[in-house]
Amino acid sequence: MTATFERGINSFKEVLDAPIASFFASCVHCGLCAESCLFYTETGDPQYTPIHKLEPLRRTWFQEYTLLGKLAKLAGLSKPVTDDELAAWEPLVYDSCTMCGRCSMVCPVGNDLTYMIRKMREGMAASGHAPEGLVTATTRAITSGSPAGVKWVTVQAQIRRMEKQFGFTVPVNQANVDYLVLMSSWEILNYPEYLGAVGRIFKQAGATWTLSETAYEATNSGIQIGASDLARELVARIVKAAEELKVKCVISPECGHAYTAIRWEGPNLMGRPFGFEVKHILEVIDELHGSGRIKLQGSIDKPLTYHDPCQISRRGGVYEQPRALLKELAPQFREMNDSGTMNWCCGGGGGVGANERAEPLRLVSFKRKKAQIEELGVDTLVTACANCRVIIEEALEHYHMDVEMLGLTELVADHLEESAS
Amino acid sequence: MSGLELLTWARGPGLALALAIGLFGIVLRVFEIQALGRKADFAKARAITPGSGWRTIVSRSLPPPGMLKRAPLTYLGGYVFHIGLAIVVFGFAPHIELIRGLFGIRWPGLPNLFVDAATVAAIAAMLAVLVGRLTDPVKRLLSGFGDWLAWTLTFVPLLTGYAAFHHLMENYTLLLALHILSVELLLAVLPFTKLFHVVSLFMARWYNGDIAAKKGVAA
Ligand code: SF4
Ligand code: SF4
Repeated sequence: MTATFERGINSFKEVLDAPIASFFASCVHCGLCAESCLFYTETGDPQYTPIHKLEPLRRTWFQEYTLLGKLAKLAGLSKPVTDDELAAWEPLVYDSCTMCGRCSMVCPVGNDLTYMIRKMREGMAASGHAPEGLVTATTRAITSGSPAGVKWVTVQAQIRRMEKQFGFTVPVNQANVDYLVLMSSWEILNYPEYLGAVGRIFKQAGATWTLSETAYEATNSGIQIGASDLARELVARIVKAAEELKVKCVISPECGHAYTAIRWEGPNLMGRPFGFEVKHILEVIDELHGSGRIKLQGSIDKPLTYHDPCQISRRGGVYEQPRALLKELAPQFREMNDSGTMNWCCGGGGGVGANERAEPLRLVSFKRKKAQIEELGVDTLVTACANCRVIIEEALEHYHMDVEMLGLTELVADHLEESAS
Repeated sequence: MSGLELLTWARGPGLALALAIGLFGIVLRVFEIQALGRKADFAKARAITPGSGWRTIVSRSLPPPGMLKRAPLTYLGGYVFHIGLAIVVFGFAPHIELIRGLFGIRWPGLPNLFVDAATVAAIAAMLAVLVGRLTDPVKRLLSGFGDWLAWTLTFVPLLTGYAAFHHLMENYTLLLALHILSVELLLAVLPFTKLFHVVSLFMARWYNGDIAAKKGVAA
């Protein structure tokens, strides 16, 4: 479907629901959401105030769904939203918002601004005002199966490499297993160790698992761009594979937005609950560890900290598990100021990382994380999202910071008790 | 119209009119919001969660960690104003008397000296947040006619009330009439300005808390 202004406005009207109406109706213009958003705190530019990013959606609500707004529109006191305005808002809605959810924790009247921005993106995409980079990634995901254009042969190459390195077979298209393992493009391209780590953990736990040739990619740029139809198509691939293979649980990889996409948005995109469970890999590891199916040994003897990926922690509810694991693995584990559900974003979530135009702003916004790391004085940063990891590694290099990044899943796999495996 | 006539009108038809418009407005606006509905959520909620909509209704009254330091004026000004106003509205004996006359419920009043101090504090806080609104670039960007209107509509009742209590004008009757009229204006306009947050924030906080709670987060 071609994008038109009219489609955009219709989509705005469609996404407006009671929660959003209550949010807009409640805003007291206190500006506190700005103080919670790294794009404002690191630039001091008021245009990055979260509620301001929603202005066209707010006016649509006001003019369409309130008596006062209808009258104001008739009297010419409330300007209609224009296509030019949407174009002007594109950088605010996409480049300066990672949908990190921090503002939603802070707004004193309780506005879930992130929820609104996610919905607003539907109208932005429908009106043709989504960033080029994201549109390309989404189109590629639909045609080739992965936003980065990762083909199954690439996955196969990684499989062979991991099998050789660790001496186990990676099951492919196996039915009736416990887990269907997904990966993000980053894990396939940059961090193949993830697959090796998962394989080692499951081997020790004696869990059955599989990859699927038709559904290996968990990244869902359809959601980041705000195109529910495309997002649905991407989720449907995973659902189909999971149902055909009759797996008990689908595991979202170390990627925050992938987790949100399949765990929280997936069933709603499909319009029905799933017959299988969806878990983040950290939840699975924590369960296996808690029930004694995997045992850990040794520890990392240096001060380190954990970067909470927003979608996994604040927007996903997985914040205790990594801490339980790290407490055991790293006696010198330290918390950053503002951690857990109040963490600061890496600056590259919500499609910002895939949006080239946003790069300079993203690097400025990273100053928040930089300050957090420096305050703590650690030079090892553990995380559980491949996207955060790529974004942070890039920014660390940009700022000439000598900090090592580790994925938690690998860290666990590297500390499995040998006698037990 | 003399001061007494005005006062009589304000206490009788004026009050009835203001309450009627205010109530109608609130019902209308709540309906406008709820009529939009909410889609069913098919994602399986976490069985164990520290959060809930109800929790957020209460917890969002406190600043999240680190925020007080980032925006002290907004938080402290907000607290002093809201608490001060609540003390004045619900603690001043003549106000309680009025509420008893209207709804038949009553509670003991607070000492006048205390209420007086609360009034001064609320007025000072309002002036402070006004300066904040005029000088802070974020608040300036967000502010429009509605914000200045809401501020004025809230400020005038406090000021006239304070002036009446201290007999700062010779014509006490007129001052009292103006005080009551300003409150009535506030009541009538409340649903159609950002002052409506006194009602809608319960919905907003509940939705926010509910959305987060499903994911296992206390928002
Ligand atoms: S924090 Fe909430 S009430 Fe304050 S300006 Fe932002 S959205 Fe509005
Ligand atoms: S979700 Fe995060 S990045 Fe987006 S406006 Fe809110 S605080 Fe800023």
